[in-house]
Amino acid sequence: MFMFEKALTGSRKYWTWIACLAAVVFLAFLAYLRQLDVGLGISGMSRDVTWGIYIAQFTFFVGVAASAVMVVLPYYLHNYKAFGRVTILGEFLAISSVTMCALFIFVDMGQPARVLNVLLYPTLNSPMFWDMVSLGGYFLLNAVIALVTLSAERKGIAPPKWIKPVIILSIPWAISIHTVTAFLYSGLPGRSFWLTAILAPRFLASAFASGPSLLILLCLLIRRLTGYDVGKEALRKLAVIVTYGMILNVFFLLMEIFTAFYSKIPEHMEHFHYLFAGLEGRDALVPWMWTSVLLAAVSLVLLMTPRFRNNQTLLPVICIVVFLSLWIDKGLGLVVGGFIPSPLGAITEYAPTLYEISITLGIFAIGFLMVTVFYKIALSVREQYTQ
Amino acid sequence: MIISRKKFLKLTGISMLAATGERIAESLAGTAPSAGPGSPRALTAKRWAMVIDLQKCAREDGCTACIDACHRTHNVPDIDNRAHEIKWIWKEEFKHAFPSAHNEYQAEHIESLPVLLLCNHCDNPPCVRVCPTQATWKREEDGIVMMDWHRCIGCRYCMAACPYGSRSFNWIDPRNDIAQLNPDFPTRTKGVVEKCTFCDTRLAKGELPACVEACPQDAIFFGDLDDAGSEIRQLLKSEYAIRRKPELGTKPEIYYIV
Ligand code: SF4
Ligand code: SF4
Repeated sequence: MFMFEKALTGSRKYWTWIACLAAVVFLAFLAYLRQLDVGLGISGMSRDVTWGIYIAQFTFFVGVAASAVMVVLPYYLHNYKAFGRVTILGEFLAISSVTMCALFIFVDMGQPARVLNVLLYPTLNSPMFWDMVSLGGYFLLNAVIALVTLSAERKGIAPPKWIKPVIILSIPWAISIHTVTAFLYSGLPGRSFWLTAILAPRFLASAFASGPSLLILLCLLIRRLTGYDVGKEALRKLAVIVTYGMILNVFFLLMEIFTAFYSKIPEHMEHFHYLFAGLEGRDALVPWMWTSVLLAAVSLVLLMTPRFRNNQTLLPVICIVVFLSLWIDKGLGLVVGGFIPSPLGAITEYAPTLYEISITLGIFAIGFLMVTVFYKIALSVREQYTQ
Repeated sequence: MIISRKKFLKLTGISMLAATGERIAESLAGTAPSAGPGSPRALTAKRWAMVIDLQKCAREDGCTACIDACHRTHNVPDIDNRAHEIKWIWKEEFKHAFPSAHNEYQAEHIESLPVLLLCNHCDNPPCVRVCPTQATWKREEDGIVMMDWHRCIGCRYCMAACPYGSRSFNWIDPRNDIAQLNPDFPTRTKGVVEKCTFCDTRLAKGELPACVEACPQDAIFFGDLDDAGSEIRQLLKSEYAIRRKPELGTKPEIYYIV
């Protein structure tokens, strides 16, 4: 099956890494069994904050998945050759991220056994239905593209012609997954924090900064581990993409803040108040949000100075800074902040419990496992080809 | 009080037996089961709505008659943890129920006036719009926003969409916290959302909602908004009534006489 034999041979280091990930997944599985037994009451969520870290991670990783378009588009549409060695890595990252997203949705469900109801009673007016369609389609598109291009490469032949339109289709599709994910939030009356037309653009901007950052980190990691080099040029260009993504993201955020605080409409300001200053003495997220702001500022300075951005030793640091800043902003503040205060003005805070954190880490581990195995396969094919 | 599994089975078992007995008796007597949707006794309307007179409601300090009646009728658990609470109808201070009507110089008796909150059975319900499984839907014939606890997948999207905080999620198994089980009404399982149903099952039997019936002050009026001659229409004509967050376009169908 799909060159999986390549994943079954590896060094001791490889197997140790796989075993560690498997252990994390196993612990998460135990935690999930407990959640199944007791209910979502084992989480930190409540009547007021009904979505927590699961849905926040889902939202964040839809962005990572969508960001594959940032390597696919230049390579296939503009024939930008420097991305030749990184595109497949981007596609596999997208496949793994979409899988994580599906898992995050699944563990968040109160009645997971009824998941098929979404397909049995398709509801066209629910953004959640469209999210499922777009994510499923994106998974399929990327799986087909990666499989077909990689097996052609293995045989040393050009990929079949019909794959080109499929690849082109995957480009707007990538934009669609994050747009629909933003629509999950931005169409809800009474949730003023999300009720903003800039939400989808902001989601995309932050995705195009965080996704490529993660991709750069993965590229640097495999260069160190295996010697497979995507090339200086590719890394530089990715860093430029991160720069633009980050600038746009911060710009969009400032626009939000202007609108809320110049209009002085209370419902639009109070969520920002909660996140950045706390309300009624409740301020659990304040240190996080300011950390995110600080990291964003630092990353902008570093990214916008070519000397720093092109410095290969500094690059991973910059990427980590960008990634952390956006992870806090979107993987924590955005979803939880929208629920505080509640429609009745209650300030109920949220913090994930150990169970939630274990399950979340387990899904991260599954993502890492997939990336590891996929990258191993891709690199093995390439090695054999270049030899 | 915690009900043991055995007792629970016994209670439900007995009630089922009783129900079957009744049905047999009825069929022997040559009458079809008289209760149920479409039965001649059922109360029907084109658009059910409710008017609550807040001054009457506030007459008796700390009265919870309607809340108790509703929660008892519908097996709503009494969970001693704010995070996991289930409420179908409850009281909230005026300033929280109507945040835009709040002002800091307003008389304290208005600011803290208790307001009964429940699902507004919105005519344009965002919760229904977002539900990915149609587990919550607006009943076309009378406008009640219904809930199917057997279909709900527990995604809680409806809770994010409801601008009134009207919905509760069963974070844990509710059955352990039901003080006195009503065998005539289903209990829910963990992992599903629930809320007020305007007592659709009571209406089908020709009974008014439990809260309306229980109110000792006659502060809750229930009727057909579509019928110009109905009591609630008369009230809305003669009294000044407000609704919660009408600016959101959800068309809430609970009216409050302040
Ligand atoms: S009050 Fe909330 S739950 Fe009830 S119909 Fe309106 S939006 Fe839906
Ligand atoms: S929690 Fe249930 S009722 Fe609410 S949106 Fe999800 S499936 Fe529908």
